[in-house]
Amino acid sequence: MSEARKEIMGRIREALKIPSPKPHLKGESNKVVGKAWLPEVGDTQVETMALLSDNLAKLKAHFHPVENLVQAISVVKDLAQKKNWKNIAYHKNELVTPVALAIDGKAWAVEDSFTKDELEAADVGLTSCVSIVAQFGAILVSSETSGGRGLSILPPVHVVIAKADQVVPDLAACFEQINVQFEGKMPSMLSFITGPSRTGDIERILVLGAHGPKELYLILVR
Amino acid sequence: MSDSKSIFIKESTLTSADGDQRQFIRTALGGYYKNRDLYKAKYRDWELARDAASLAKWSAVNNLAEVLEKFVAKFESNGGKVHWARDAAEARQIILDLLAKANAKAVIKSKCMTTEEIHLNDALEKAGYGVVESDLGEFIQQLRGEAPYHFVFPCMHLKREAISDLFTKHLGTAATDSPEELTMIARRHLRKLYITADVGITGANFLVADTGQISITENEGNARLTAAMPRVHIALSGIEKVINTIDDLAVLLPMLATAGAGQPMTCYNTLYAGPKKPGERDGPEEFHLVLLDNARTQLLADPEQRDALHCIRCGACLNVCPIFKNIGGHAYGTTYQGPIGSVITPHLRGLKDWNHLSGASSLCGACTDACPVRIDLHHHLLQNRRNAAKVVPNLFDRVFHGTFNFVIQRPALFSLGGKVFRKTFGLLKHLPVPYLGTWLKSRDLPAIPQKSFREVWKDSKNV
Amino acid sequence: MRVSLFIPCFVDQLTPQVGLAAAKVLKKLGQEVEFNSSQTCCGQPSYNSGQWEIAKEGAIRSLEVFKDAEVVVGPSGSCVAMMKKFYPELLHGTKYEAEAKRLSQRTFEFSDFIVSQLKTTDVGATLNKKVTYHDGCHALRELRLKEEPRKLLRAVKGLELIETEESESCCGFGGLFSVKFPMISTAMVQVNAGALARTGADYIVSSDPSCLLQIGGWLSREGKVIRPLHIAELLAMGIEHV
Repeated sequence: MSEARKEIMGRIREALKIPSPKPHLKGESNKVVGKAWLPEVGDTQVETMALLSDNLAKLKAHFHPVENLVQAISVVKDLAQKKNWKNIAYHKNELVTPVALAIDGKAWAVEDSFTKDELEAADVGLTSCVSIVAQFGAILVSSETSGGRGLSILPPVHVVIAKADQVVPDLAACFEQINVQFEGKMPSMLSFITGPSRTGDIERILVLGAHGPKELYLILVR
Repeated sequence: MSDSKSIFIKESTLTSADGDQRQFIRTALGGYYKNRDLYKAKYRDWELARDAASLAKWSAVNNLAEVLEKFVAKFESNGGKVHWARDAAEARQIILDLLAKANAKAVIKSKCMTTEEIHLNDALEKAGYGVVESDLGEFIQQLRGEAPYHFVFPCMHLKREAISDLFTKHLGTAATDSPEELTMIARRHLRKLYITADVGITGANFLVADTGQISITENEGNARLTAAMPRVHIALSGIEKVINTIDDLAVLLPMLATAGAGQPMTCYNTLYAGPKKPGERDGPEEFHLVLLDNARTQLLADPEQRDALHCIRCGACLNVCPIFKNIGGHAYGTTYQGPIGSVITPHLRGLKDWNHLSGASSLCGACTDACPVRIDLHHHLLQNRRNAAKVVPNLFDRVFHGTFNFVIQRPALFSLGGKVFRKTFGLLKHLPVPYLGTWLKSRDLPAIPQKSFREVWKDSKNV
Repeated sequence: MRVSLFIPCFVDQLTPQVGLAAAKVLKKLGQEVEFNSSQTCCGQPSYNSGQWEIAKEGAIRSLEVFKDAEVVVGPSGSCVAMMKKFYPELLHGTKYEAEAKRLSQRTFEFSDFIVSQLKTTDVGATLNKKVTYHDGCHALRELRLKEEPRKLLRAVKGLELIETEESESCCGFGGLFSVKFPMISTAMVQVNAGALARTGADYIVSSDPSCLLQIGGWLSREGKVIRPLHIAELLAMGIEHV
């Protein structure tokens, strides 16, 4: 153990010899309380979906609920044509691959070799995700589900293709699910994406696309 | 008077007289207030959420040794490497050594106030490294060679014209009055730097003990890029950032965003567990975390103010503080501005030199009400004043309050003193009477009454 | 009830009409009002300056002054907060702690006393004026009194209450802060009283005479027509008017 570590730990133990009073809390535990304070999510799936849709709209993210993969392909193809996406980087996945390959343009998977410059030149990044939190309109991606760290942040457009059963009502439930799903073996990156990249640094005026994607699409397959 | 105090008096006197700038800051915060209230109202119980957030931080801070040990073990089992720094100099040296070992040339940074605290950029530049701040506000401040004005909104004091001129001067871009275009200039400029940098340096908002992850909160995506593209990732964090479990984030992430920026959640909340894993396509090969004490354990040793270590650096206390809004962020001369800075700086950098910040408050308490983790901010300012009176005796104060107390202990003397004041006020107002003269420089006193309340009461029992 | 008036030192010497108005309103509401002339100052200036040992002496003195009072009512959120909230903290762990708590429980800010103890909002006043309200920070954030004064104002016949976004912002008084950091203090009153003045009301009303000292001092210096008025004065005026 390093000298510094020993010394800091010693300082901490010494400092904590006098306790400080525990804050008053009305609930039983954090988890229980988590449900009690969180913004409302509704009780039914219909309400959850309505909330998700509303939240994504407020975040200026684009939401496309579709019935099946065929519809998903058609929606993304149309978008690609309209937005002139030619260079498509994607994460290999049962939902994402067929969509990526259907677009008119050069589609390439990050699972095959690529350089940072090549990724930077992509018009759009297509990924799947871990889950979607209706409560905040947050999309949880990981280094496993989204082709590493760069694909969901470097290209100017990010398209997420997911299944409706990946939607969880609230953030507390999402963390419960993470704990179960990864059993302590976390991917190297887990990232909640809540709308397209933004900044308010200049006069507190909202600008989208500060460094990450300017546009964010969620294609949700029922 | 300490240097820091005389600078504070000089600066705050200048800035508080600048009505245009004050109005500009207020206008800039207007949207924040509106959105903060909007998203707070969506909570089923915001006050209960504050309790929960406060408890989450309390239980980590009050078991700091155990929680840190747990975090470090888990972090290292995830493949990261932890380094311990007792003070700023040690932290700087650790980072310089890591850069040398990585044979680094270019460094990209995302926003991290702890690196401001240890003056990292100066040290890196002196050692010959190219270091670029990637957060838009920090990038602008770095070009200006100026410290952040607000620890969440670094350049909120600048008008777009000033930023346009700055970009023209340093980046050779055409003038524009569009915040959107200015943002895109920075975006285009920085993109290639993420790719060419060897090392990315970030901060950490939370260290999650049960999973060994660090959590980074941001809006722009620059921290995501900083931790994705370079081959080495170094994070710097104070030891107090640790929390017990990932579940605590269900409380802390949304509250940080709503309290600090008026958002439901910030755009990116990212958890990092180690460097690139086998099978992952990109990400850094090495992941280092520097844990910094730098007098945090001194604050920890004060049970009365230990809750100041609960701070999640959301900036809510600055945004509501009438002192901050009137004097601005630079007048403080501290890394952490506003109420939280005035509370902790005397602990981190010495009561003798920094106690004046605790005095420079009307104790209005708006900060305490705004704090999402319930730090008793304005009462801590009072406690700092009390501590200072013991540690740094102020002769004038002792004599003044001693005399005042002598008078108020004696009703007849108090009554007489009041009478003398009232009868001679016509003369006194022209004399340099301490405090009275200062008051009268910008304000009047009400018409001085002939009789005091007690005199009237005594005269006529029947009012 | 037998109400023992707690008159802040500067009200005693500079704005006695506030204390007289408070007495008048309380009497109108059927209370027996007394004033113990051995009271002076609660010690808050020393407390806020960090001179807690000196402030303790002032606190202990007040415990003695009010020890036989049935209830203590003060027309000042700030001075009442000192007695009600800070005395028990200041005297914590001393032999005076129990007495400090006993005084705390019996001490009330003027508008709070009428609304929460006398369960009255209508004191029978009429006043055809427009007013705006300034929340004193101690009343609002230490004593958590927000609705109490407003209930009293709304019950005054003919009175129009205009709220502003700045009603809760600090006026910049802060006791000796106002003269230790006069530039900041003045900037704060410009913002706060400036906004209150722009309502076009006849009066800026507050339950705190120290805020009114600051606001009134600035209004007077700037030549504004709007006048500062303590809520007790307003109610007394409204009663007289009837």
